[in-house]
Amino acid sequence: MITEIRWHGRGGQGTVTAAKVFADACLSSGRHVQAFPEYGPERSGAPLRAYNRIADRELRMHCPVTKPDIVVIADPTLIDAVNVTDGSKPDTIFLVNTNLSPEELRKKIGVAPSQKVFSINATKIALETIGRPLPNAALVGALARISKLVDLNTVLEDVRKSFGKKFSQKIIDGNLEATRRGYEEVMEG
Amino acid sequence: MAKVVAVTGNEAVANALRQVEPDVCAAYPITPQTDLMQRFSAFVSDGKVKTELILVESEHSAMSACVGAAAGGGRVVTATSSQGLALMWEILFIAAGMHLPIIMPVVNRALSAPLNIHGDHSDAMGARDSGWIQLWSENAQEAYDNTIQAFRIGEAPEVRLPVMVCMDGFIISHSIERVEYLEDEEVKKFVGEYRPVNPLLDVEHPVSYGPLILPDLYMEYKRLQHEIIWNRVKPVVLQVAEEFYKLSGRRYGLFEAYRLDDAEIAMVILNSAAGTAKDVVDDMRNRGIRAGLLKPRLFRPFPYEEVSQALRHLKAVAVLDRADSFGAYGPLFTEIASSLYPYKDRPVLINKIYGLGGRDFMPEDAEKVFLELQDIATTGKVKSIKQYITVRE
Repeated sequence: MITEIRWHGRGGQGTVTAAKVFADACLSSGRHVQAFPEYGPERSGAPLRAYNRIADRELRMHCPVTKPDIVVIADPTLIDAVNVTDGSKPDTIFLVNTNLSPEELRKKIGVAPSQKVFSINATKIALETIGRPLPNAALVGALARISKLVDLNTVLEDVRKSFGKKFSQKIIDGNLEATRRGYEEVMEG
Repeated sequence: MAKVVAVTGNEAVANALRQVEPDVCAAYPITPQTDLMQRFSAFVSDGKVKTELILVESEHSAMSACVGAAAGGGRVVTATSSQGLALMWEILFIAAGMHLPIIMPVVNRALSAPLNIHGDHSDAMGARDSGWIQLWSENAQEAYDNTIQAFRIGEAPEVRLPVMVCMDGFIISHSIERVEYLEDEEVKKFVGEYRPVNPLLDVEHPVSYGPLILPDLYMEYKRLQHEIIWNRVKPVVLQVAEEFYKLSGRRYGLFEAYRLDDAEIAMVILNSAAGTAKDVVDDMRNRGIRAGLLKPRLFRPFPYEEVSQALRHLKAVAVLDRADSFGAYGPLFTEIASSLYPYKDRPVLINKIYGLGGRDFMPEDAEKVFLELQDIATTGKVKSIKQYITVRE
């Protein structure tokens, strides 16, 4: 069993960090994990992709994910800018940071009836918990919920660990709250 | 008791260096290696290791500092990539010629021009004739394990040679993967205390390093250098791998033979792309195609005899090079061809150049190669011996 995830974000939003935190959280349940960005020019604000592979066996594949099981869109403006459905499968799941309802999103992305779409207003959660529009903690929480790969407490512990070394208690608490709210508030459409 | 972590290749190798705690480290930044030495220098600043860190002004100086420190009697490391390795070129030969067991992770990257910071094997292949031992690593785990084993191999009393540990730039150096770390004490015990041989700083027993040797003795010196790397390294690599297996449960050899025994066709491929190709070997097998793979680990000295025994029963073999020797076949191809030349019955060989400057190597690319091999095995016809793949037409 292998789960392949593709993240769409913009340079400077912390999307790559989010992929890393998610991989780390999945590791604790004894899985094999990978997290890596698409290596290209690194420019703030430019569209970027990052990838995760999570499996219960050794991961030998060392190339980008082209047929994702889950697509995470950290910045909704990317839906118009890049092909977020590229390589998607009939059962690919989309998770989007947006204030739109899942129904509106389905139309906007143009998903197939068999593809599930989940929405989470991660930017709003971030503004309320961290005070800055950094959607990733909430997205990691939501991804944990929809992927069923890792439970909330494990993710929270990992967010605490990842942020604990560099940031103040206020920032850590904000990220923990954002992660928890992402997990709880994600909606399916 | 092993500790399981999710780390980048650079992070894993920096941690191996921390666990070994060498006496001296010379460092100069170059992408994608920078992050490795940055992490190691943080261990120095934070007092996690007592290593003396020398921040130099170029890679030429980095390797020169390593030569001085190793001749002085220290256990010495540095790390580099691409242009940095190219700039060391002159001193690489000096390190090997003086039999100084310097350990150097090489985070493989393309060479300019045009400028490109991404992963290919041009840098280390350019250094293949320098007299250094070369170990190649598929993933972060192998880079970590090879780095630890490199100290034992290079420092073995019958060897005493410098060792490069290669891993793919970005694809491994900057990607997070699951890695099992050994305990600090286990690593310290495994590499053991460093025993310098003829150190310059032993003033009671003065010695000379780097004297002029005229035509009357130069060849004898070089023959000895050849005999040491040619005859003595392989048994040490295998012995160290055996001890490392007992410690870690992870097996290493001169190369990895993957589903080769009953194969008809196979791919020979180094480093991270070998992982992708192994998954494709399994797909081929599921489709009834008897595919296999050989992934070299010890590239210098090259184990010609052992490699030929693993490949000679095959019908067709593709050698994939992530570096080119312009105007010639790829560097890995020529080694495989040389190893098989002595045998009358041998596979048809083709050479594919792939993945230069970080170009992705996808499962579909490996699949195409296997299907071409299958065709060659059936018809015996080769369209072209050397071909660039993963290119836009």
